[in-house]
Amino acid sequence: MVVGLGMLVVALGALSLLLGKASLTPAEVVGALVGQGDRMTGFVIGELRLPRLLTAVVVGGCLGMAGALFQATLRNPLASPDIIGVTASASVVGVLGIVSFGLSGYGLALTVVLGSLLAAAVMYLLAWRDGLSVYRLVLVGIGIAAICAGIVSFVLSRSDIRDAQLGLVWVTGSLNNSSWDALIPVGVSAAVIMALVAVLRRALSVLELGDDTAAGLGVPIERTRLAVIVCAVALTAVAVSISGPVAFVALASGQIARRMLGRGGAGIVLSGFVGAVVLLASDLVAQFAWPSLTFPTGVVTGLVGAPFLIWLLVRGRTRSEG
Amino acid sequence: MLCVGLVALVAASLASIMVGASGISPGTVWDAFAQFDPSNTEHLVVVEKRLPRTLIGLAVGAALGLAGAAAQGLTRNPIADPGILGVNFGASLFVVLGIAVAGVTSLSGYVWFAFAGAAVATVLVYSVSSIGREGATPVKLALVGSAVSAAFGSIITAVMLTSTQVLNSVRFWQVGAIAGRGYDVFWQMLPGFVAGAILALLLGRQLNGLALGDDVARGLGQRVHLTRILGAVAIVLLCGSATAAAGPIAFVGLAVPHLARAIVGSDYRRVLLLSVIIGPVMLLFCDVIGRIVAMPGELEVGIVTAFIGAPFFIALVRRRKLPSL
Repeated sequence: MVVGLGMLVVALGALSLLLGKASLTPAEVVGALVGQGDRMTGFVIGELRLPRLLTAVVVGGCLGMAGALFQATLRNPLASPDIIGVTASASVVGVLGIVSFGLSGYGLALTVVLGSLLAAAVMYLLAWRDGLSVYRLVLVGIGIAAICAGIVSFVLSRSDIRDAQLGLVWVTGSLNNSSWDALIPVGVSAAVIMALVAVLRRALSVLELGDDTAAGLGVPIERTRLAVIVCAVALTAVAVSISGPVAFVALASGQIARRMLGRGGAGIVLSGFVGAVVLLASDLVAQFAWPSLTFPTGVVTGLVGAPFLIWLLVRGRTRSEG
Repeated sequence: MLCVGLVALVAASLASIMVGASGISPGTVWDAFAQFDPSNTEHLVVVEKRLPRTLIGLAVGAALGLAGAAAQGLTRNPIADPGILGVNFGASLFVVLGIAVAGVTSLSGYVWFAFAGAAVATVLVYSVSSIGREGATPVKLALVGSAVSAAFGSIITAVMLTSTQVLNSVRFWQVGAIAGRGYDVFWQMLPGFVAGAILALLLGRQLNGLALGDDVARGLGQRVHLTRILGAVAIVLLCGSATAAAGPIAFVGLAVPHLARAIVGSDYRRVLLLSVIIGPVMLLFCDVIGRIVAMPGELEVGIVTAFIGAPFFIALVRRRKLPSL
């Protein structure tokens, strides 16, 4: 299944290299990729389309994995960075940064990462009371998300309409600002976090059997859970810093992966691939579905991810409730 | 407990009538009702502005509290809010389309669009969830609800991004407020609210059964499907009418049942009853605070509930030994 999704990523990626204002033949694209095309084609592919494509894959992959990690550790099918306040705090930081402080580029990205990590730390501290109750963490997260949503709608309804529009685009999430400069730090940090997730994977799958079983098998529950949550938050923060808080990818990917696997298992890697597919497909739709308009990518993630998730849901195999 | 709640409710209503850009004394409020004088501005403020606003606040708060309790019972998920069946996004989508396509501009004009959108979204979510062997299980309902909400959200954002004028109208409606609405909005929302409230209050025993799981509920002789459909109808009526009158204020609906549960435990009959009281108290107090902090302007109640209600909610979640669902 991972192979199938991997091929889908490659196919969608090829499509996103081919399509665009400057129409290129497959031969020209391949030429540019191996460094043999003319300068114009080289620029379009090397500096515009390739970084955008890779950004979509990295961001989608991070969000997809984060969604699966949250759903597995928090044992709630609705748990995702969108709902429990991680992306919401990123939205606040981003909107305030753009509207009130005029930030952009690296400054904005770094502030967003720090802001969402800080919010997650606050959430964890607030939920910690003689140990961590997952139930409490989810509810605290929702409270934080509500406060953040309040701040965002306050800022958007009070600011100048042009600033509001800029802010709205950022809150929606877009890949328009992709570049190698932005992608490289994000890609490197994402790779590091994913390596950590790989280390944690076995402990996590034991944890899914329930706290008692996990304790019996000698897995340190609190520490594993904390480590997984930190990884999931970090993945989200890193992804969101470059694209803005793209909605629904994390929630949908986690569930789609879980349902593709049938019963048992969170399918973290699979979920990462699903995320990449959803975001790539969304970006194509956002850019090319309407001839005269290009939308920010986040606008379409709901439209692209929802039907697929619904199809999997109604098709039946809903044995695992997690 | 009920008495304390009722006293708080009366206090909140009085505060909502007296406090505002111009403070009005209790005596004047009494006069405004006892011997109304149309040439007296303070009387006019009380009767034409503050009273409908308070009535709407009462109804919206109660509706959201009840709808939230029903939604959490129906989906068996503590993080479900009344919007879980797509109600909020459905209502928002239709309002956005109403503004963009039909050129509706008045708040009372939004009401019917919001109602229609809420109904369409819920019917869609419910019927899609019912496809498949097991029918509309709680997890499927919640996930299909989020999926449909996300899809609707996509369309809303797309429309808002392409038209500055629509963005400008919608960004104020979307905050959620009970200011600036007259009796017409109140009468428009009242029938839906009353019907939904009666239905929801009657469902307490059935929701208790559902909380034990579908199989146990069936074993107890309940008709699980019927309960779910009635619950969904109640949620649409309640959340639909609240959203139509005040815009999407989801957080009240999420927090209120948790507050109620912390006080009376997890028996849904009591949780529902208490939610009817806590909802309006929370909404009206937040609304009053919104009028005080930003004098002479106002902070919309949707924002205040997030700023004040959420920290309160977090404190509650921290302190109590939580009765779970």
